[in-house]
Amino acid sequence: MDTAFFTAWIEESARRVAAEKDWLTGLDAAIGDADHGTNLDRGFTAVVQTLAAKEPDTPAALLNLVGVTLIRKVGGASGPLYGTAFREMSKTLGDDAEVSPAGLCDALDAGLAGVQKLGSAAEGDKTMVDALAPAVRELRRALQEGAEPREATGAAASAARAGAKATIPMQARRGRASYLGERSVGHEDPGAASAAIILTALATVAAR
Amino acid sequence: MVVGIVLISHSGPLAAEVALLAAQVGGAGVPLAAAGGAEDGGLGTSPDLVAAAIAEVDRGDGVILIPDLGSAVLTARLFEEERVVVADVPFVEGAIAATVSAGAGSPLEAVLAAAEEARTFRKL
Repeated sequence: MDTAFFTAWIEESARRVAAEKDWLTGLDAAIGDADHGTNLDRGFTAVVQTLAAKEPDTPAALLNLVGVTLIRKVGGASGPLYGTAFREMSKTLGDDAEVSPAGLCDALDAGLAGVQKLGSAAEGDKTMVDALAPAVRELRRALQEGAEPREATGAAASAARAGAKATIPMQARRGRASYLGERSVGHEDPGAASAAIILTALATVAAR
Repeated sequence: MVVGIVLISHSGPLAAEVALLAAQVGGAGVPLAAAGGAEDGGLGTSPDLVAAAIAEVDRGDGVILIPDLGSAVLTARLFEEERVVVADVPFVEGAIAATVSAGAGSPLEAVLAAAEEARTFRKL
């Protein structure tokens, strides 16, 4: 997977976030401050514009630029979180022009660890971690069993979507929704939902 | 010695008003900056505003970041380093306690401790 692959992933993520913007904001209206879709769309729109102006040379440089731009432009909590995820991914890739499937898995794992550290969140807290963690586990399992990248990322995306749906009965322990206590039960976490969208975009691009 | 203080809120007006209040109670000699709201003035947090605020109040003796909630906390944490610390304290009371302590010329650790004491300060 080269720089063009990662660019395609980010562009597909931006397209899907724009398409699901109102749905994400609606989820956030139920248990947050009704800005998740708008914020993330603003961030990814800025990312696509930045990449169009000058595409970086390596996957690591690209993911770092994505992270920095999301941190600066999103404006909500998902900016520092996704920004940190992409920057931590970038740090694992060095100057390599090609990233192996195992390298992608390690990078996603590092991104997840960065999100967990910044947000002090664990699985079951009703956050994006509930989509990201099972996705990374599933990606690693599939690759270790010899799956091709398209199957493995497809399995990871399915795990992310299942993880996001599994946040519905949870009571939030982190993030804005945690202020709502029991009222947060019965709603899908917007961060988990957007994480599943971004991983679905990865699978879509890997299947091309 | 003077520790700088940055108030980081989801809301621009909230950060600005708490900064005014803290300066009035704690003394005007403390470098104190408000970094509230998104770049466009709406609700949210802007890392660029936070970075500018840190640069504005840093006199070389350390800076305390006091966030309110949500993205303000996560954005503050992006700037953590040895001399730039995030205080996990009540926004208003912590800001005032930190400003009073910084105004007395206390070092970074003491200003942070003063802000943290605000968490257990009883009103009744």
